[in-house]
Amino acid sequence: MKSMFGAFFAILAIAIGANLALTQAGFSSQERTSSSAVRLDP
Amino acid sequence: MKRILISLIFTLSFVSLAFAQSTAAPDRNATGGAQTLEDIMARQRGEEVDNSFRSDATGDAARAAEISKQLGTLGGNSDPELWRALRFGSADITASNSGPAAEVLIQDGGMSWLNLRSGPLIKYGGGLLLWVIGLLGLFYLIRGRIKIDGEKTGRKITRFKAAERFSHWLLAGSFLLLGATGLITLMGRKFLIPTFGHEAFSVLAIGSKWIHNNVSWAFIIALVLIFVFWVVDNIPHRTDINWLLKGGGIFSRGHPPAKKFNAGQKLIFWSVIVLGGSISVSGISLLFPFQFEMFAATFAKVNAIGLGTYLGFGELREVLAPHEEMQYAQLWHSVVSFVLMAIILAHIYIGSMGMEGAYDAMGSGEVEEQWAREHHSLWVEEILGPQVPHAPVATDKKPVAKAAKKSATELAKVADAPITVAKTPKKKSKTKPVKPAEVKTKKASAPKSAKPAAKKANVKKATAAKPKKPASET
Repeated sequence: MKSMFGAFFAILAIAIGANLALTQAGFSSQERTSSSAVRLDP
Repeated sequence: MKRILISLIFTLSFVSLAFAQSTAAPDRNATGGAQTLEDIMARQRGEEVDNSFRSDATGDAARAAEISKQLGTLGGNSDPELWRALRFGSADITASNSGPAAEVLIQDGGMSWLNLRSGPLIKYGGGLLLWVIGLLGLFYLIRGRIKIDGEKTGRKITRFKAAERFSHWLLAGSFLLLGATGLITLMGRKFLIPTFGHEAFSVLAIGSKWIHNNVSWAFIIALVLIFVFWVVDNIPHRTDINWLLKGGGIFSRGHPPAKKFNAGQKLIFWSVIVLGGSISVSGISLLFPFQFEMFAATFAKVNAIGLGTYLGFGELREVLAPHEEMQYAQLWHSVVSFVLMAIILAHIYIGSMGMEGAYDAMGSGEVEEQWAREHHSLWVEEILGPQVPHAPVATDKKPVAKAAKKSATELAKVADAPITVAKTPKKKSKTKPVKPAEVKTKKASAPKSAKPAAKKANVKKATAAKPKKPASET
């Protein structure tokens, strides 16, 4: 059961980490599709 | 005679050419070359209509009027010609936003994708899942829970280590989340909005999107982990043929011999790897829109080997609009996911309520020895060695009960000893010895002298007596 709960916790950690990483990586739709003249949300 | 024959052939060829021309290019003089009522009706009947008379009629830029003259702002083209150019994607577009999709203003493939997504995909995908659930319910009613036939030994064998179980649950947990949020995303508009309203569904949809996008990485990591852990044990073996021919013993008493994974489990494993891998690749292309053009390249390869023609699809289109790439990726992602979900439903059933003792493999990692002997007899022989008396595989209930009682007594004698080192070869003809196994009790730990023998298997006896002799003396 420890392995199972550990895995579930890992899913949460990976998801939060992935969200942070992808947000920082500049791959959001607004960043990918807007030109340099567009002011984006911080 | 020859001259007559040749002239006949020529005549027939001209007639056929004229006929072909008349079917390929219908008379549109009445509309000045524009589409006719028959064209529209044919499209509505779902017939293939050659649109080249429209897609090619987009004006001639070379004959453009000067900007100061009449129609100059349209580049010498009429309004209908400009709209046709937009409609068929040949207009020269300059957009202020960037990205490959920005310059495609009208993408008519989107309509067929939307119809497919909101209609047959939900109908047949959801139907498949309901059908599998119903089938499993029916199977449970007919067959009941598959129980351990023989008498339980009370000893446990370590089937999966903590790292393996962690990887399994990482995959399972993420798959359940992805499956649920994927279904919400696909079916929410049809089933949830009418029930809960737009605002409630909006919250659910945004949450589902966040979970689906971010939990997907856990799924991909877990997929790699389980592949590394289990690929060797899932390579097909000749015993799998026998297992499959006997249907895994599902409808009969007795179980075909199997190694660590039986043929059914191998099918599940490779389904997860292949379908899960495909879902991951299409999912990544959806996560990073317009970055990976997978389908145009795949269609080109399919055409190159002539597979499309062989299967009756004809030549597949090798030039796709950016949106079409995403639409194909989404459809593929959904279809393959539905197939994998259907397979996993069966896996969940057999690993939980469908079979006694199966859950322990992924719960505690330790399974009842009798369960292991019945379902994975060759694996048990590999790890424990053949000198441990077998509890017989059930072929009929009464003999099993008697034989199990006898073997249980013999097994208890073995289990009372703290350590049993198996050095007997698997078969007489083979010289390679079987790897030694460790047998230990809960109350008594193995003496130091015997520890090197412990490599692959742990067999624990729940109520073992205190050992009287060290392993070296047994």
